[in-house]
Amino acid sequence: MYRLTGVTKRYTRGKETVEALRGVDLTIEDGDQLVIQGPTGGGKSTLLQMIGGLDRPSEGSVELDGVDLATISEAKLTRLRAEKIGIIFQSFNLIPTLTAQENVETALVPLGVKPAERRERAAEALSSVGLGDRLTHAPTELSGGQQQRVAIARALVKKPKVLLADEPTGNLDEGTRDDIMALLEGLWHEYGLTFIMVTHDSSIARRAPRLATIKAGQITLTEQQQASQQAFAR
Amino acid sequence: MFGIYLKRELSRRKKAALVIALGLALGIALVITVSSVSAGMQKAQDKVLQSLYGLGTDMTVTKARTAPTDNSSGRPSFEFDAKSNDSDDQQSSDRVQTQGGQALKSSVVTKVAAQKGVATAVGALTLNVTKVDGSFTQGKAESTTGSSDQSQGQGGPGGGGNSGSTAAPQVQGGGASFDVNSYSVAGVDVSDQTLGPLAGSKISSGKTFTASQTNAKVAVVSKSYAKENSYKVGKTLKISGTKYKIIGIATPESSESTTDVYLPLKQAQTLADAKNQVTTIYVKATDSKQIDSVKSAIQKNVSGTTVTTSADLADTVSGSLSTASNLATSVGKWLSIAVLAAAFLVAALLTSSAVSRRVREFGTLKALGWPSRRVTRQVVGESMVNGLLGGALGIGLGLAAAYTVTAIAPTLKAQLGSTSGGGMGGGPGGGGPGQQATQNTMEIALSAPVSLTTIALAVGLAVAGGLIAGAMGGWRASRMRPADALRSVS
Repeated sequence: MYRLTGVTKRYTRGKETVEALRGVDLTIEDGDQLVIQGPTGGGKSTLLQMIGGLDRPSEGSVELDGVDLATISEAKLTRLRAEKIGIIFQSFNLIPTLTAQENVETALVPLGVKPAERRERAAEALSSVGLGDRLTHAPTELSGGQQQRVAIARALVKKPKVLLADEPTGNLDEGTRDDIMALLEGLWHEYGLTFIMVTHDSSIARRAPRLATIKAGQITLTEQQQASQQAFAR
Repeated sequence: MFGIYLKRELSRRKKAALVIALGLALGIALVITVSSVSAGMQKAQDKVLQSLYGLGTDMTVTKARTAPTDNSSGRPSFEFDAKSNDSDDQQSSDRVQTQGGQALKSSVVTKVAAQKGVATAVGALTLNVTKVDGSFTQGKAESTTGSSDQSQGQGGPGGGGNSGSTAAPQVQGGGASFDVNSYSVAGVDVSDQTLGPLAGSKISSGKTFTASQTNAKVAVVSKSYAKENSYKVGKTLKISGTKYKIIGIATPESSESTTDVYLPLKQAQTLADAKNQVTTIYVKATDSKQIDSVKSAIQKNVSGTTVTTSADLADTVSGSLSTASNLATSVGKWLSIAVLAAAFLVAALLTSSAVSRRVREFGTLKALGWPSRRVTRQVVGESMVNGLLGGALGIGLGLAAAYTVTAIAPTLKAQLGSTSGGGMGGGPGGGGPGQQATQNTMEIALSAPVSLTTIALAVGLAVAGGLIAGAMGGWRASRMRPADALRSVS
């Protein structure tokens, strides 16, 4: 369970200080799905970075299962990211020189998984996202949707507790977007993940059970109707 | 994953990897070439010094020659009587002089040998023999009146004649025809021939002296002198009236040796009328690193002597060998350092720049939970491979350059000079009598031997180049925050 209390994040650029988050309080239960929406520069990605342990708040605490990500050591935070948090990026962020299977394996490297097991688990993860026949393909040999599937496989191969997605469909066309969203929601159900996603897309935001809207660093939570949640299901 | 990732990254950035490797290769090749040429120079200098010293000698002890105190000039002089015109008698005279400095008593050898740090000391006597052979006939005085009276004048063409009442008779005919042959003789301590004048030569025919031949009338002749005079083992050689049986022919290890005849020390002393005297003491130190302290000890405890080490002698080498050696050690060294430093800098900047272009990649890996040290290791690993590639290329280029130098074998001239007869170059071929300047010129083909140490140095430089470049890139990568992976797309 996530518990964010009074999270403030300030960035200093020269003499100017910008407050990206202003005293955000938020609780996310295990297995919840939360969509974060808001205008550009509103603080969406900053909030996701705090939740993912990619950055630390200037003030406040970000607790995951009772561990404050704001104060633990860098080594422990790195280990926690490796074990519990899967991240999907808008631009897929695949390593261009590695094959699809090797890209997925990179998530298992910091866990000390042996090479043979790594290869096996990566192949399984790629099969689960429909890319079982693309193991040896380089990112450049895959379409945008396929690349995002590889990124999803990479995020899920380590069986994380939390899945974070930063604009996962931002670089995809509408048809592919629906496919990816259907896949993500299916996996969320299947694995019982805590799924937190940042998006600009209102059609996606409308279907989330909980919607967090961030404007000028401040958050507003909205509980939505359950009926609309399976809209992307295949 | 480390190996696969590394291989793929280097394949992707072939151009940059090649630029880094070539830069390092150039620097390393230059270091190998300069090192090997310097080693060749050193070898050439050692050869030059060996020709003076003989193998294994660390220093020589001599005594500076003082100016003659009597009326004699110290120059060789010969006296011949004119023979009658009908005489076919050949006249011959050998003049034997010590060479290379003031003579030292043999007891000084023992004193030097007793100094701390001296392993062995042997004495040698260097002589110069000038042999004059020929005939000297009287001229005939003839009267200008056509008188049948003939008076024999004394002396040569310039000699005086009898004065007569008529016109003065003129001296006609007579004269001199002489052949002057000068050669060097070294008296060798037969009890220890590992040091001294004969140490730098090998016996190519016959045998060398035995320890029992301390005063035997035997000689070893240098190959060139033997060829010049048609000497062979078993024949005899006559010096100043004494016959010596030739027992061996010596071929100098170096291209030039200035000693023509080697005799047992006592025989040489007898020839020069220098009983229990030597001109040069050859010294071998127990530890080659302590030569300076041994030199100081001898100078302090054996007064009036001049101690000359290899290093001192090396300073007297001039000519193209010296110039090339100076170039190799000064310009070559600094050029190598400059090129290496530039190569290291270029490698470091290119690696750092490559890291900057991979912000998202490294940020993503950190976001996935890769510790900084693993990311750093990846960058350093890539850089090390570049360095080793550069090292391999550099070693190849350097070996090719060294091989080319050895194949071309440019000839260098070394002038071994001293301005003081008794000081520097006290060995055979060293200073002549008095204070006259002496100079020997040797021609030596330059080689560029590449030692294992040089190869090890090259590998070390390659690793260092890789590490420096990798450290810079790795440091930048380690400072990168995982949030950069997200920020770079937001």
